[in-house]
Amino acid sequence: MNNNNSVRPKLLIENLSKSYWVNNDELKALQDINLTILNGEFVAIVGSSGCGKSTLLKIIAGLENGYKGTVLLGNEKISGPGLDRGMVFQEHRLLPWLTVEKNITFGIKDKKSKVTATTVSEHLDLVGLSGFANAYPFQLSGGMAQRVSIARALVNQPELLLFDEPFGSLDALTKIQMQKEVLRIWEAEKTTMILVTHDIDEAIFLGDRVVVMSSRPGTIRKIIPIDLLRPRDRSSYEFTQIRKAIYHEFFTEAEEPFSYAI
Amino acid sequence: MAYSNIRYTEKVKHFTQYFGLLALLLLVWEALSRLGVIQPIILPPPSQIALVFYDLLKNGSLLKHIGISVLRVLEGFGIAAVLGLTLGMGIGLSQNLARMSDLIIQVIKPIPPIAWIPLAILWFGIGEQSKVFIIFLGAFFPVIINTIDGIRQTDHKLVEVARILEVSKSRFILEVVIPGAFPSIMTGLRVGLMVAWMCVVAAELIAASGGVGYLIMDARQLSQSDVVLVGMITIGIIGKLMDSIISWIEKKVITWKPVFIGV
Ligand SMILES: Nc1ncnc2c1ncn2[C@@H]1O[C@H](COP(=O)(O)OP(=O)(O)O)[C@@H](O)[C@H]1O
Ligand SMILES: [Mg+2]
Repeated sequence: MNNNNSVRPKLLIENLSKSYWVNNDELKALQDINLTILNGEFVAIVGSSGCGKSTLLKIIAGLENGYKGTVLLGNEKISGPGLDRGMVFQEHRLLPWLTVEKNITFGIKDKKSKVTATTVSEHLDLVGLSGFANAYPFQLSGGMAQRVSIARALVNQPELLLFDEPFGSLDALTKIQMQKEVLRIWEAEKTTMILVTHDIDEAIFLGDRVVVMSSRPGTIRKIIPIDLLRPRDRSSYEFTQIRKAIYHEFFTEAEEPFSYAI
Repeated sequence: MAYSNIRYTEKVKHFTQYFGLLALLLLVWEALSRLGVIQPIILPPPSQIALVFYDLLKNGSLLKHIGISVLRVLEGFGIAAVLGLTLGMGIGLSQNLARMSDLIIQVIKPIPPIAWIPLAILWFGIGEQSKVFIIFLGAFFPVIINTIDGIRQTDHKLVEVARILEVSKSRFILEVVIPGAFPSIMTGLRVGLMVAWMCVVAAELIAASGGVGYLIMDARQLSQSDVVLVGMITIGIIGKLMDSIISWIEKKVITWKPVFIGV
């Protein structure tokens, strides 16, 4: 056993750039991204819409090819999707024609997966949906559907779990509850997690570090370590100070909003 | 008690809505005929059609014609469904096949099946085969085109999910593509079946000695407009019954979404 295991980088991103070509014009979605994510770390990425957050996650997930730079998972270059990475999207993306249980087993029936069906019920328990195995997605609320989607991503026991604005379409109360659940799962499963959001509070509440991105071209503006103990109190002085600092990254003094609520 | 009463009145209301307009139409038609507004030579009254219908049923000839036509429709439609579904899936799943077949499909599709009759006779003679071929041609294009369309409309977001979960190609097709295309495929089958019935009359223009289409054409020559109408209504009713069967199957299979029942 290697004792350094827990601090070994899980993901190494060096000089990553990605462009899209739209009508012969180059659109720089990402430019010179450098980011090292440690084993077991929870990294939150905030940025305004269009700054390349989804593009970054898709590259890590292996859904996007044709980028410049290095992206290493462990010691291996990412060249396509793999069961070592799971992803949760803003929309639940459940298969409408499969029940909750079948949606979770959707990703584990092939030989590549080492997971057995018994773990499915454990994962339903884990996301608090044990009674809903036979329900169809249309019968679930937005929050419940997103829990199923988290269970589906977790059931392969990925080393790295990617969240792309997972709670963006949920109401404020459900959102806060889901954030707590994700923390609980992270503490229980010790999975390395990267969560993309445009909600600054969410980023501070969840992340070991908050990566602030700016757009056109998409770059990393600042990486802010959050040294607050969990569970974090959103109204504590330290929390508000960090929130203030991150707001300063987005708004200059003149246009800074009176209230920090968005 | 009150509950079942409400259910009962609801049912009566639905029944009235379903048959009311048709019944009213028949009544007005009958009344206008009796008042002499509609000449029976131009349009015989419903009562006369009903009598002829009854006579033809009783002497067994209508059932014989129905049996012949239903068999032809089922054969032509069956071949169209099997070929349309398999080819449609292949074309829907393969860009190469799609490019290779697109022009052929687009050019042949608008040709009305009736225009194929001379060739059908040359190729298949004047027996059953040429008639089944005409019906097949009519039913084939709605099936293949809706199948291709349904597959092409596979939700890109679900494709990404399947890629991330490294779902095998066969399971991807069986569990993502086909269920997603299913409503469109069913629409194709229903339209195909409808067109098959529309083609029956054309198909039975080819030296037929039986079938509902033949019954109509034969009666036309004898100026029996009541028999013509019996034939027309028979096709309508059987087409409707067969469509009900397909939509019943569709409802049994699609359990995964609530049904839109109108505003
Ligand atoms: N497939 C694509 N083709 C062309 N442009 C794209 C594509 N995907 C994303 N973009 C562009 O790249 C930029 C970053 O997009 P995205 O990563 O989705 O941003 P975010 O998730 O931060 O809102 C945007 O300007 C977007 O329009
Ligand atoms: Mg995005």
